[in-house]
Amino acid sequence: MDAKTTLFPSAFEVKAPKGAEGWESLYPYYTRFQPSRRAEDDQKFWFCNSQHWPTPLRPFDVIFLDFAIKCLGQYNSRHLLVPPANGIDYRILNGFVYFSPVAVAPEDIGARVPQFMDRAGHYFMNWNDLLANWKVKVKDMIDQMNAISFTELPDVVPVEWVKEGRGLDNTNALFAAYESLIELSYKTWQYHFEFLNLGYAAYLDFFGFVKSQFPTIPDQAIAKMVQGVDSELFRPDDEIKKLARLAVETGVDSALMSGTVDQALAAVAARPNGAKWLAAWEAAKDPWFNFTSGNGFYSTDKYWIDHLDIPLGYLRDYIPRVIAGETIERPTARLLAERDRISAEYREMMDEEAQGVFDGKLGLARTVFPYVEDHNFYIEHWALGVFWRKARALSKLLSEAGFWPDEDGMFYLNRNEVRDVLWDYGASWAIGTPNVGSAIWPDEIARRRALVKALASQPPVPALNEPPEVISEPFTIMLWGITSDAIQRWVGADTDTGALKGMAASQGVVEGTARVLRSPDQLGELQKGEILVTPVTAPSWAPVFGKIAAAVTDIGGMMSHAAIVCREYGLPAVTGTGTASARIKTGMRLRVDGNTGTVTILD
Amino acid sequence: MTGAVFTLDFAGIGAEDHDRVGGKCASLGQMTRAGVAVPPGFAVTTDAFRAMLDAGGLRAGIAALMAGLDPEDLAATETAAASIRALISANPIPAAAEAAIRAAYGAMGMGMAVAVRSSATAEDMPDASFAGQQDTYLWVQGTDNVLEKVRACWASLYTARAVTYRAKNAIDQTQVLMAVGVQKMVNARTAGVAMTLDPGTGDRTKIVIDASWGLGETVVSGLVTPDNFTVEKVMEEIIARTISDKHIELVGDSALGEAVEREVEPERRNRQCLSDAEVLAVARLAKRLERQNKCPQDVEWAFDADLPEGENLVALQSRPETIWSRKKAEEPKKTYATGMLGIVGTLNSPLQVRR
Repeated sequence: MDAKTTLFPSAFEVKAPKGAEGWESLYPYYTRFQPSRRAEDDQKFWFCNSQHWPTPLRPFDVIFLDFAIKCLGQYNSRHLLVPPANGIDYRILNGFVYFSPVAVAPEDIGARVPQFMDRAGHYFMNWNDLLANWKVKVKDMIDQMNAISFTELPDVVPVEWVKEGRGLDNTNALFAAYESLIELSYKTWQYHFEFLNLGYAAYLDFFGFVKSQFPTIPDQAIAKMVQGVDSELFRPDDEIKKLARLAVETGVDSALMSGTVDQALAAVAARPNGAKWLAAWEAAKDPWFNFTSGNGFYSTDKYWIDHLDIPLGYLRDYIPRVIAGETIERPTARLLAERDRISAEYREMMDEEAQGVFDGKLGLARTVFPYVEDHNFYIEHWALGVFWRKARALSKLLSEAGFWPDEDGMFYLNRNEVRDVLWDYGASWAIGTPNVGSAIWPDEIARRRALVKALASQPPVPALNEPPEVISEPFTIMLWGITSDAIQRWVGADTDTGALKGMAASQGVVEGTARVLRSPDQLGELQKGEILVTPVTAPSWAPVFGKIAAAVTDIGGMMSHAAIVCREYGLPAVTGTGTASARIKTGMRLRVDGNTGTVTILD
Repeated sequence: MTGAVFTLDFAGIGAEDHDRVGGKCASLGQMTRAGVAVPPGFAVTTDAFRAMLDAGGLRAGIAALMAGLDPEDLAATETAAASIRALISANPIPAAAEAAIRAAYGAMGMGMAVAVRSSATAEDMPDASFAGQQDTYLWVQGTDNVLEKVRACWASLYTARAVTYRAKNAIDQTQVLMAVGVQKMVNARTAGVAMTLDPGTGDRTKIVIDASWGLGETVVSGLVTPDNFTVEKVMEEIIARTISDKHIELVGDSALGEAVEREVEPERRNRQCLSDAEVLAVARLAKRLERQNKCPQDVEWAFDADLPEGENLVALQSRPETIWSRKKAEEPKKTYATGMLGIVGTLNSPLQVRR
C-alpha cells in the first residue's frame, strides 16, 4: 500500500507546529522517527499515548518514558516470556509519545508457552508472598531516595577530611547522589512492571470467559465484579474526608476555611482541640499526601505534600458538606454488596461446570487485580513524588550556582546533560573559574522552553500509518482501550454530528453543563454539578468526583482511573472518546449516556 | 365425596394442592405465598369438576357420545365435542360445590369484577395452554355469571382438538380434570408480558418486555404492536426500546360487565406506555419470579390504575419458558481452559473474547 493512502499520516509528513521547528533537538536520537529508518517505521501502526503523556515532554521528563517502556518490555520479553507479546516500541513526535506494540512472530509463540507457564505460573501461585516482598522492595527504594541530599559545594574541603588523609572531595557525594537517584528510580520502574501485566492477563482471562458465557454483558459489569473498594489509591481522598469530619467534630472547621495554608493551620493551633486535629493532619501527610495531581510522569507534577493548598482546598469542599449532614464517605459496604450481587447473579445463569470455572478465574482476578490499582500509589505517587522532590532540589541548587535563572531550569536538560552540568560545576569549582554552563544554559533553556510551549499549541495526531486489520495485542486493548472500534471512532470523529462515541465505562444517564479541563491546575474552576470533560484524569482528582455529575475523557478504557472512580461514585462516565476535550467547549450542554457510551452535545 | 375441597383461596394453595388447582392457579398461589403482588382470588379445584362429572349422569353421557367415534372423522368428532360441551353447560353444578364457589366469590366482595380462567392440570395435552385451547373470561360480575363461566371453562376441556388428542392417545375423556381460577379483575392502565431471556437469542442476561395500554390480552394475542424494552438483567439498565403505534386497548366496562376493545386516542398511541422506572420495576418483578422458580420465566403483569403508585404493579401469571430451555439442554457441552492454560489462551487470542 502506498504511504499516501494510509488511514493516518506518516510520521514523516506530520509538520511541526508554528514556532516549534527544530523540536527534534529536545529529545534523544533513539526516540525520534529517523529518516534512515523510514521504511520500517512507516510499516508500523503507532498510536499516540496521550493517556500517560497528555502534554509535550520537557527534555528531562523523557527519563520516565525511557524507563517505563524499557521496564514494561523486559518483563514481557525476558522475564516471563509472554507468548504473543514483546515490548512496545516508542517514538516522540512533536513532543507527544507514540507507541507500537511488538508482537512475537507466530512461529515463535509456541516455544515461549512452557517458559511462560513456569515463570508466570510461579507468580500466580505465590502472588501474596511475592507481593508482600514487593512492598518491602519499593519501600526500600523510597527510603533510599528520601535519604539522598544534594549539597552545595563548599568553599573548602573540610579540614578533618584533609587531616584524616581522605584524599577525596565533596564532588564524589554530589555525583554519587545524582547517579543514585537515577538508579533508584530505574529500579523502581522495574518493580512497577514486575506484576502489572500478570494482573492484566488474569483480568483479561476472566473477562474473556465471562464474555464467552454472556456475549452481550456490559464491560463495566465485568469490571465491577473484580474491582475492590479498599485500594490504596482511594486512601488520600479518604484521609481528607476523615480530616474534614474530625475538623467538624473538634470544632476547628471554621479555622480552616480561610487564609493561606500557614494561616489556617496557625488558626487551628489556637483552638482548644487544635493540637488533636493537627496531629491527625500530620499523620495523614506521610505517606498519603505523596499524591500527585498529575500522573507522576512529569517534572511539572504537583504533589499534595509539596502543595498543601491542594488538600486544604479539598478539605474546604468537604467541610461544608459534613456540616450540611451529607455522607461524604464512599459507601464501601454498599459497593461490596453490589459487587457480590452482580457476581452472584451472573453466576446463577451459568451451568454448573461453568460456575466452577467462573469461581476459579474470578478468584484469581480478584487476587491479582488490587495490585493493578495499588501499584499506582506506591510507584507513581509515593516513590516518584520523592524522586521529583529530590530532582527539584538539585535543579534549585544548580540554579543558585548560576546555571539557570529559574528554579526549574534543569528539566529543560536531558538526564545526561545534567551529568555534564554537574561535571562543569565540580570542575570549575576545583579549577577556580566561573562555570561554562552559566554562559550557555540560560539562553538554551529559554529556546527549549519556547519550543515546548509551541509544541503544546497543537493537539497530537491520534495515530500514524495504517492500522492493522484487527488490534489483537492484549495489553494495548486492556490499558489503552485501543480496539479496532476505537480507531474507527478516531477516524470518524470529524464527520460526526453532535454525538461522540466512547466506552460505556460507568452506568447512568445525565444532562448538564460541560467544564473542559486541560490540566490539573484548572481543577479549581470546576463548579458543582458540572460534567468534567478532560483528556485524561488522575487518581488524585478523586475529591472533585464528589462535585461533578459525570465524566468524559479522550483516552482510557474500562479500567482507566476515571472509569474506576466514577463507578465508585455512581456517576456516568464515557471514556476513550478520542476528541471530546477538543470538540466540547466549557459551557456546552451535554447528555452523557454511560450505558451506551455516547456523549451528545445538546446545543 | 369425603375430604373434597371445592375452592381454595390463592393464599391457601400449598405445594400439596398443585394437582387439584392446575398449573395456572398453582403458580398464582405460589406467587401469593411468596409475597408477590397478585390480584386476590380463588381456585375452583378439580374436586369440584369431579363432583360435577359424578353428578347428573355426566360421565355416562360423555361415554355414550364417544362410543364408536372414529377420531379420524373430523366432522363426527366436532359434533361429539360440541355435544359434550352442551352437556356440561346444561348440567347443574352439585350443590356443595356451587355453595363453595358462591361463598368464595361472595368473600371477594359482592359484584366484584373478576377474570375466570381455566387452569389446566398436568394430564392435559402438553401444549394445551400454548395452543390457546382454554378459555379466559374477563370482567365477569355477579355470582350467577361466575358460575356460568366456571362451567364454560370446564366445557372448554372438550374442544374437538382435545377430544381427538385424547381419543388417539387412548386417554379416557373423563380422566382429564380441569381447575378454574377466579381472580379479581385488574383495572390495567398498562399491561403486558416479560420474558426473562431474549426470545430471539436465548440470551439469559436480558429481560424483554412487551407492553401496551389496557389489559395485556391485546399483547398476548397480538392485537397490537406493543412497546418493546430490553433490560440488562443484572445491571438493571434499559438497553434498547422500540415505541410503537398502539392503536387499540382492552378495558373493563362495568355497565356491560365485560372487557371492551376501544381505540386509543391519537395523542396516547405513540407515547411510551411505561415510565423508565416502571420498565425497571417490571424487570425486577420478572427477575424475582425467575429466581423463585429457578428457571427462565414468561410473566404476565399489569399496572392497576386503582392501586396507589408503588403498589400498582401486579403479576397475573408466571410460567416457565420452554423453547430456549429445551434448546440449551440439547447443546453440546462446552469445555473451558482453566488456570495457566486459560491465561495463555487469552493472551494468544484476546479478540475472540472482545467481540
